[in-house]
Amino acid sequence: MMMKLAMLAAALTALLSSFAGSAEAGQTNVAVAANFTEPAKEIAALFKQKTGNQAILIFGASGAFFTQITHDAPFHVFLSADQDRPKAAVEGGYAVPGSLFTYAIGKLVLWSKVIDVTKGDEALKAGAFLKLSIANPTAAPYGTAAIETMKALGVYDALKAKIVQGNSIAQAFQFVDTRNAEVGFVALSQLFGVTTGTRWLVPQDLYPPIRQDAVLLKKGENDEVAKAFLEFLKGPEARAIIEKFGYGLD
Amino acid sequence: MEAFAHIWQPVVLTIELATITTLSLLVVATPLAWWLARSHSWWKEAVATVVSLPMVLPPTVLGFYLLIALGPDGPGGMVATLWGARTLAFTFTGLVIGSIFASMPFVVQPIRNAFAAMGDRPLEVAATLRASPTRAFWTVALPLASPGLLTGAVLGFAHTVGEFGVILMIGGNIPGRTRVMSTAIFDYVETMQWREANILAGGMVVFAFAVILSMILIEKRVSRARA
Repeated sequence: MMMKLAMLAAALTALLSSFAGSAEAGQTNVAVAANFTEPAKEIAALFKQKTGNQAILIFGASGAFFTQITHDAPFHVFLSADQDRPKAAVEGGYAVPGSLFTYAIGKLVLWSKVIDVTKGDEALKAGAFLKLSIANPTAAPYGTAAIETMKALGVYDALKAKIVQGNSIAQAFQFVDTRNAEVGFVALSQLFGVTTGTRWLVPQDLYPPIRQDAVLLKKGENDEVAKAFLEFLKGPEARAIIEKFGYGLD
Repeated sequence: MEAFAHIWQPVVLTIELATITTLSLLVVATPLAWWLARSHSWWKEAVATVVSLPMVLPPTVLGFYLLIALGPDGPGGMVATLWGARTLAFTFTGLVIGSIFASMPFVVQPIRNAFAAMGDRPLEVAATLRASPTRAFWTVALPLASPGLLTGAVLGFAHTVGEFGVILMIGGNIPGRTRVMSTAIFDYVETMQWREANILAGGMVVFAFAVILSMILIEKRVSRARA
């Protein structure tokens, strides 16, 4: 019995000290828009390698994050998929003024694993599919961009009944990937390393640019690791990763 | 007024979904519960366990497998080709199928308990009165088990109304077809439409209260009738 207790105590001590250890190394919580998942992972890995600090990434739809941030979510940095929400966060007093910057400019892609969409505008006009997947336009900017694109092409009314919405761009991608939807609007970054299916890079003049802004949140105001992460995101190494995944840069 | 229709639509759809799911479940779950209660087969508890799995598993597990099963590579996709579609995901039918699996344990369990509680005696008596097993089932077993059936139906209905994770994963959020109350509330909260979220969420609280209270009252009345 005493032996067991002693072992338990030792295990607990080890566990506690490992928590303390990780706190010393420094970590920060980063809310990341779903489209930026893959580059964010690479950037965080490099950040850890260079500084020893850990950026804990939380992925989701920008709209959902914004609601959570206004309700005291423990996020220090917010990488949004748009400009409106970081701006609103600053205006609402949830983010640090002057910390705002554009970290990436998103590109919209029409993607299919069922039909040929290399000439995407023609494929959309022909409409030879049953389901078209987009991100929820009220919560995710890539969804709005998809709707703008269809409107610019004059096919929105015809395709409206075929639209299915993913909760974030990640789910929109997954619907196409599982072929539950034949076609879908996804982020170019999601197709990095993907060789299956056909794709059409939507011309930039069909939708307003998806400028994605980062901001330091009030919870991270005094957090050196959060600030360091944002600086790292502006640096050449991070920019190279961002560009590699197909984003535009300022 | 249009905003009202916006809120009303998911409510109607949810009631439709829960009604169809509950009726289908009564048809499927009653014979299953009968077999579970009466059979001496060694593998019946394995079947009962499979039926109960959705109670323990996160809805995401069910949602994930359903998305694959309903999709073009699964049986659901094969069925869908009958009417020229490719997948049962994003359809009302798909939601019904998903809800049947998700709510099955809540219906099977009380019905099975009711069948088990009556014991062999009433059926033996029916047999001595020359009732065929089928006739005994309809005229003796079912009426005796009716409180269990009612409990199962109410729980199945309520659980379907409350289902969220599975529907989020296979629904596609289509207004009037797959956008039910729980996902509509999620949407309203995400997009900061507090008023709409409040109306629907408040309604759900009242509904859940009414369901649980009526369950308690039914149980009371039944036990008093038996005493």
